[in-house]
Amino acid sequence: MSTTEPVKLTRKDFVSSSEPRWCVGCGCYSTLNSIFKTFIASGTPRENFALFSGIGCSSRLPYYSNTYGFHSIHGRAPTLAMGMKMVKPEQSVWIMTGDGDGLAIGGNHFIHLARRNPNIKMILFNNQIYGLTKGQVSPTSPRGTSTKSSPYGSLDRPFQPMTLALGAGATFVARVPDNDNEMLFAAMDAANKHDGVAIIEVLINCVIFNDAAYESLTGKESRADRTIRLEAGKPLLFGKNMDKGIRFRDAKAEVVKVGEGGVPLSEILVHDPSNLNSTYAFMLAEMGDSEMPMPIGIIRSIKDYVYTPYTCKPTPEGYKKAMLGGSAWETSADGTIKVLTKE
Amino acid sequence: MSEQQLSGLGARKPIKEISSAVIRFAGDSGDGMQLVGDQFTNTSALSGEYFATLPDYPSEIRAPLGTVFGISGFQICIGSDEVFTPGDLYDVLIAMNPAALKSNLRSVAKGGIILINEDSFNPRNFEKAGYKTNPLEDPALSAYNVIRVPMTTLTGKAIEEVGLGPKDADRCKNFFSLGIIYWLFNRNPAHTLQWINKKFAKKEQYLKANTLTFNAAMKYAAENEMFKQSFKLKKSSTKIKAGNYRNITGNQAAGLGLIAAAQKSGLKLFLGSYPITPATDILHEIVKHPDFATVLQAEDEIAGIGSALGAAFGGALAVTTTSGPGLSLKSEFMNLAVMVELPLIIVDVQRGGPSTGLATKTEQADLLQALWGRHGESPIVVMAASTPSDCFNIMLEASKVAIKYMTPVIVLTEAYLGNGSEVWRVPGLEELPNIPVKFRTDPNNYLPYERNPETLARDWVIPGTPGLEHRIGGIEKEDKTGVLSLAPENHEIMVGLRAGKVAKVAQEIPPTEVYGAKDADLLVLGWGSTAGVIKHAVRKLNQEGLKVACAHIRYINPMPPDLEGLLRKYKKVLLPENNTGQLRFKLRGDYLIDTIPLNKVQGQPFRIDEIEDKVRAILGGQS
Repeated sequence: MSTTEPVKLTRKDFVSSSEPRWCVGCGCYSTLNSIFKTFIASGTPRENFALFSGIGCSSRLPYYSNTYGFHSIHGRAPTLAMGMKMVKPEQSVWIMTGDGDGLAIGGNHFIHLARRNPNIKMILFNNQIYGLTKGQVSPTSPRGTSTKSSPYGSLDRPFQPMTLALGAGATFVARVPDNDNEMLFAAMDAANKHDGVAIIEVLINCVIFNDAAYESLTGKESRADRTIRLEAGKPLLFGKNMDKGIRFRDAKAEVVKVGEGGVPLSEILVHDPSNLNSTYAFMLAEMGDSEMPMPIGIIRSIKDYVYTPYTCKPTPEGYKKAMLGGSAWETSADGTIKVLTKE
Repeated sequence: MSEQQLSGLGARKPIKEISSAVIRFAGDSGDGMQLVGDQFTNTSALSGEYFATLPDYPSEIRAPLGTVFGISGFQICIGSDEVFTPGDLYDVLIAMNPAALKSNLRSVAKGGIILINEDSFNPRNFEKAGYKTNPLEDPALSAYNVIRVPMTTLTGKAIEEVGLGPKDADRCKNFFSLGIIYWLFNRNPAHTLQWINKKFAKKEQYLKANTLTFNAAMKYAAENEMFKQSFKLKKSSTKIKAGNYRNITGNQAAGLGLIAAAQKSGLKLFLGSYPITPATDILHEIVKHPDFATVLQAEDEIAGIGSALGAAFGGALAVTTTSGPGLSLKSEFMNLAVMVELPLIIVDVQRGGPSTGLATKTEQADLLQALWGRHGESPIVVMAASTPSDCFNIMLEASKVAIKYMTPVIVLTEAYLGNGSEVWRVPGLEELPNIPVKFRTDPNNYLPYERNPETLARDWVIPGTPGLEHRIGGIEKEDKTGVLSLAPENHEIMVGLRAGKVAKVAQEIPPTEVYGAKDADLLVLGWGSTAGVIKHAVRKLNQEGLKVACAHIRYINPMPPDLEGLLRKYKKVLLPENNTGQLRFKLRGDYLIDTIPLNKVQGQPFRIDEIEDKVRAILGGQS
């Protein structure tokens, strides 16, 4: 059916006949581009991709990819992906979801996908708003967000998707802003190569209903001070002059000045996404409030048991045994009875 | 105790030949009544007898001891000839405490044996069961053959030598009741002794204790004067077809039927399921056979069907199993399956509803939900199994229909069928019908929603097939191309096509069989688990000379094409249902035919006499 040799494909091979209908300036476009780049780089034949999505702006994505695709119902894409992966393990299975789809209505499937650790990739488009229903508060909207469904400010505390994924046992988590094409591709490519579940949160700017929600993280002026670009083996440094760093003291992360007049570089945490102790990953995932910069890139990538269903091996003898069960007998034409199996 | 020793003991007392008997074990839900019932059933099976069983247990795992609502029952009807139901009136009731007596007495046949565990008949237990005085002193009990045995005390004596105390005597006493029944019905104890050996291989003390108890009970019954005679089933008058046989519950049969269907279709079997009473035993059965099925115990009911639909997209024979509450949760996904037109089997083992309802009890009240319980115009094939072993056959049929017509199929069974068991001749794979499957691999002129004119099915294309990449989903599709379309006329066309496809399944339905009097004026129509009880009643009424016939349907959407004509042949049609008239409503809607309802929603199946009485009343002009 399909080849295992790497194939050389181009963007043209992956663009479907359906033209994307996202709003102009939506972060979904750059995410789709990086997905195509990752698919091309993998050398995997087009037919070996299967994309699953739920409902929402991001969930339209499978229509735009000329692969196998399934645009399902709200929140449930992980369930379909799981079934597909279990019966066709060789298929490269991807889930496209959003903060409403994946964390509200589909929250249960999200955590169980992370818990089971199948070799399935999920792109979580987090724009902190319900877009397709025209602007309601989502599980990732900051408390106090004013929307059509929360005109006086939302009362809910938000989820931090990465800590939720980590708490559920995800073995690969990454967080990337939608305007960082290089990092988007690097994270998706690493996710694709990761053996196990990979969840990438893309910080999507919704130009219509939640414009500039991530402005401080993505804006030219502020981003150097507000984000830390994670690189394995490199210290957690940030700032225009890379003179600020993260130190771990008194059981918490703190921002310190590094070098002259500050602390020596040796006191700064060095990024290790393969750290099996989840405390470090949680620390990175939780950072990003007004006090602390937000780490972006691959937060965690560890090796662990990967969900593997039994391989069916039907045989005629096995079939007969299954049918007879624990207690069976044979009746001959003359009425004599012979015991075949006993519990 | 060896078999010879036992028969030697029994030989001192007369043995009466009987053609059938109904035995009911009843005790606290922790008393092990299901266990001894199973032992009795398997031993009967290995004697080549016919039987049908009905486990009847509360939803509490261990309800407060001695209370009526905590009573767990196991009923079996054994017969020399074919048995249609687990029976109505008990020839023997084993009552382990006053509550068991209270909740079962009304169903004991006059003159029947009531075997009492005398030790538990004390004022405290009378009070818990709601008796003001000792029920054993009630003169009404003189209508029965009451045998009082201090089972707990005797068990305690029997196990003294292994150094176990009174608490253990309480745990072993179920084997005392079983031992007595084995003597009473001249059962070979070998099977059960072997079972005890295997079960308690690692707990030698309990192995000894249960063996001693079981043997002591058989000896006690043989020697004690209260037991005047024992019983033996007559040799069968019908010749049993040669082959392999086993005891099978409806839930086991459903699981094995799906495994067989996967083998006949050459597909992988995928089950996505979430535990729910009374359907979980299908999951238990299928998961036993990892060589034949890929199983996901999902995080919820929705994930159960979702994973199954994903597996169907991947080319598997995909199934989800559930009961009422789960069926409700799955309805949105069933609609997606209708829309994407993939084969999918949804098994609903019906229980008493609504909501949590009567979780362990039987009912047929999900029919209308199965037919119409989804938003939009959402036609789904609905089939219903009629006996425990029919749960096997129906899975093969449902699989064939689902694949051939690329449609979801709901298979309705019932708690009564799922938990009930009967003798089943195990068919060889070669005896079963083939289920052809064709995955499309030709990329030329492929349109995802182009249809086979005979079945209106679209092609099944699975991911991994080069050149046929396509997208499916819940948004309305353009006819043939499958491109998203909200065009008004197209929607109407697609609604019609989806309905037309399900209607075409009628061509798969065999002619409806009629049983009973040829010149009958009254037809008793049934669906689901009422098959056995209706047939039994009609057979008996025909023997009395009453002109009544019966027919049973297994397809409810679409209906058998010959059904309307058949119903119109009779002056009257009686329709017994374990709901308030759901099929009756559909028949009236489809055919403008009024049937006479006979409804029972007590969590219990119909008794034969309930059907008989209604038929007599109708034919006598009273109804």
